[in-house]
Amino acid sequence: MRPRSLFQSLALFGAAALVLTACGGSNKKSSSPSSGNAGGTLVTVAKAAPSGSPDPQIDYTLQEWQLLILTHDGLVGFKRAAGTEGTKIVADLATTVPKPTDGGKTYTFTLRKGIKFSNGKTLKASDVKYTFERLFKIGQSPNAGTWYNVIVGGDACVKTPKSCNLDQGVIVDDASGKVTFHLTKSDPEFLDQLSVPFAFILPTGTPNTEVKIPPPGTGPYKWVEYNPNKELKLVRNPNFKEWSKDAQPAGNPDVIVQKFGLSAEAQVTQVENGQADWMFDPPPADRLNEMSTKYADQVHVNPLTAIYYYAFGVNTPPFNNLKARQAVNFAVDRNALVKIYGGPNLAVPTCQILPPNFPGYKPYCPYTKNPGSGKWTAPDLAKAKQLVAASGTKGAAVKVNTDTTDVNKATGLYFVDLLNSIGYKAQLQALAPDIQYPYCQNSKNKIQFCYSSWYQDYPAASDFLDILLGCNSIHPNSDSSPNIAQFCSKPIQAKMDQAAVQAVTDPTTSNETWASVDKAVTDQAPWVAMYNPKLIDFLSKRVKGYTFSPQWYFLLGQASVK
Amino acid sequence: MAVFEPEAEGIVLDVEETGGDIVGRSPWALAGRRFLRNKLALAALGLFILIVAVSLSAPLYAKHVAKTDPFKSNVTGTVTIDGKTIDVIQEGTGKLGLGETPIGPTWKSQYFIGADGQGRDVAARVLYGGRASLFIGFGSALLACLLALVLALVAGYFAGATDLVISRLMDLIWAFPLYLLAISLATVLLARPTDKPLKIGPVTLTAGSLWIPLVIIGLVYVPYVFRPIRGQVLSLREKEFVEAAVAQGAGSFRLVFREILPNVISTVVVLLPLMIATTILTESALSYLSIGVQAPKASWGTIIEDGQGLLYTRPWVAIAPGIMIVLTVLALNVLGDGLRDALDPRSKVRMK
Repeated sequence: MRPRSLFQSLALFGAAALVLTACGGSNKKSSSPSSGNAGGTLVTVAKAAPSGSPDPQIDYTLQEWQLLILTHDGLVGFKRAAGTEGTKIVADLATTVPKPTDGGKTYTFTLRKGIKFSNGKTLKASDVKYTFERLFKIGQSPNAGTWYNVIVGGDACVKTPKSCNLDQGVIVDDASGKVTFHLTKSDPEFLDQLSVPFAFILPTGTPNTEVKIPPPGTGPYKWVEYNPNKELKLVRNPNFKEWSKDAQPAGNPDVIVQKFGLSAEAQVTQVENGQADWMFDPPPADRLNEMSTKYADQVHVNPLTAIYYYAFGVNTPPFNNLKARQAVNFAVDRNALVKIYGGPNLAVPTCQILPPNFPGYKPYCPYTKNPGSGKWTAPDLAKAKQLVAASGTKGAAVKVNTDTTDVNKATGLYFVDLLNSIGYKAQLQALAPDIQYPYCQNSKNKIQFCYSSWYQDYPAASDFLDILLGCNSIHPNSDSSPNIAQFCSKPIQAKMDQAAVQAVTDPTTSNETWASVDKAVTDQAPWVAMYNPKLIDFLSKRVKGYTFSPQWYFLLGQASVK
Repeated sequence: MAVFEPEAEGIVLDVEETGGDIVGRSPWALAGRRFLRNKLALAALGLFILIVAVSLSAPLYAKHVAKTDPFKSNVTGTVTIDGKTIDVIQEGTGKLGLGETPIGPTWKSQYFIGADGQGRDVAARVLYGGRASLFIGFGSALLACLLALVLALVAGYFAGATDLVISRLMDLIWAFPLYLLAISLATVLLARPTDKPLKIGPVTLTAGSLWIPLVIIGLVYVPYVFRPIRGQVLSLREKEFVEAAVAQGAGSFRLVFREILPNVISTVVVLLPLMIATTILTESALSYLSIGVQAPKASWGTIIEDGQGLLYTRPWVAIAPGIMIVLTVLALNVLGDGLRDALDPRSKVRMK
């Protein structure tokens, strides 16, 4: 999955877990909303419509996913709850979360009975097969070739999407409601990948071409308007009956609207004035103090499982030298970077790859004065200068590459100063955000020091360590090469592969292995890890029932505006 | 006794001038006399000189008054104001303590108009920004005028195929939307890898060099100056004094440099301040878009960009360079008008 900036609102992330909590969904049936707070219209505002296609099997943005989870369901899904409960996978359209058989290569689900799509059609097992074939046939689903090709027949579907046939990979029986997935190899993250909107079930007959508005789903709402220049609108799905409060609770608002075209400044003002109930975009830095002072009760701050970092080009001088990379890590004042981001209440300094409260996370920070506690405390400039001298790279020219958004440019400027102060000749290269990320990924550009960020797809250590720093994530001369540093250590890769195998049967041991991988990678300093950010949600006075899921963030359907 | 007839001598009189006023004076002396009578133009010149002077004094201001390095990040720094030591970037207040705000105007020597998001003294940066903006503005205008003058002389004098080729080339550049052309050039030049700087003959330009925006802006404005001068050269080459010189056996070099050039140079002199004003605006726009002057160097455009995110809490960061741009452009436009009135009171040459 790719990084995104909060300021770009290109959030991509996904679903869940090494923690394969097999739990059955409750069978409570109700057509009424989840509480007595039902009714009203939740008005949300955003700078722009979600980028890219609105098709649920193509779209890869937090902005649309936060709405798709209200209109569609997967066989399994992340529990709609706050805290660590929200990272658990629960049964959604299926009756239970299955345990894999056949050495982790077979998953068998049974569909709940009586679930209907918003167009009135009853959910059948064949819809599941249709959905997965469409995922390949549509030809643009971002992770078809990286996640779902593990299904038997998936690789052939990637090669020839139009004639995709998953007869061998997805076995369905409409009469019993049974769906069996056969995989080519065990995949500990398969259930996570079934829990994100790419795998949400669509009715048979949905066109195998990109749609302009999400098609009918099984959730408590349905899409009735999608005008990327104006607004989108969700209204209640009359065919919805709550089958699992954990997986898909009935929503509170009758209508959910998202209006486009307002700057972040204007969004803040609208929420302050009660003209809007929630702003999707992060509030601008110069309004935070006002919000914190006058509207504190309407502000919610939550930590994110994400990281902001600068990657070294480990194959390009001067940072093909380990000591040079470690020197910068020792020199950096992470408190200054946190200040630039918005202060200690909005970000936490870090030295390592995995974010806190994440599978495999064990606090570790060797690049600080007085190391040992696992936490960063202060820069060690003397040690940094010593390492620069020992590396023989003093005086080398370094281009600090970042994007032009306020915060990221400011961090870039900070690093230019820092690198100059420890003996390099640094200059800033600030590119437009849309250009900067592909530019840094492409090995042709021989980046030396490049800004990036990463938000979880789902809570699995591999989603950070293997995707961002694994040997298989290097694609030479490609704009889609998420291992920006081009870091590849064979011993570390072997450990990553070992952790992935362990995850199928023994998640605890797997997480131990991932922790050791995190430590080993941090020691090799392919990045300067800066901080783990927090997210601000700003709500109007009338919104009650705010719930923050670590997977889906603000659960819009649970808010009450009555 | 012969009567002096200015018109017959090719001298243009101002409305308040009589033939007696100008007897025995060269056209340049006459222009100087007229310019000195124009109080508005003199005030504009004074203002422009003042802006240049304060901009040139930036290092002195930074070292002895602000006592700071305005290019160095000072996010965790402190400053002592009235005996109290305070953070340059101040922690957020309120119940949640969100947001970090740079120090506002102190109206003292240090952080006179406050700090930007990097904790740098804005007043010192505005002065340094003036150096960059004026350097690029003046340099690119001079480049545009010189190139346009040479090309216009060649095209206008030789006419025919030479004129056709040069004029169409100018049309081609003109046809591109100016900012789009400048942005495209800047994007290509600024994104070059560190180990592949731009080499033009003996000159090597790295991505952060001020010469890159200077050359880009200079080049895109060449057609704007070329057109009026070429028209004038085409007209002059048909004049009697040129024909007389031809009859005397003058060669092309003499005709161009001795007969035609002196008659078009006043147009260039009139256009130059107006072009400087235009190129300063262009530089500010490109720098504001992050494709002109590259950080940590400052220009008025980059400082406005720095201040954009602080408009709500620290508006002076954007307002101060904005005021400098307005004053400079205003001064140069009034100065340009004054020069035009002085050099050629009946001229219809106007910058569009």
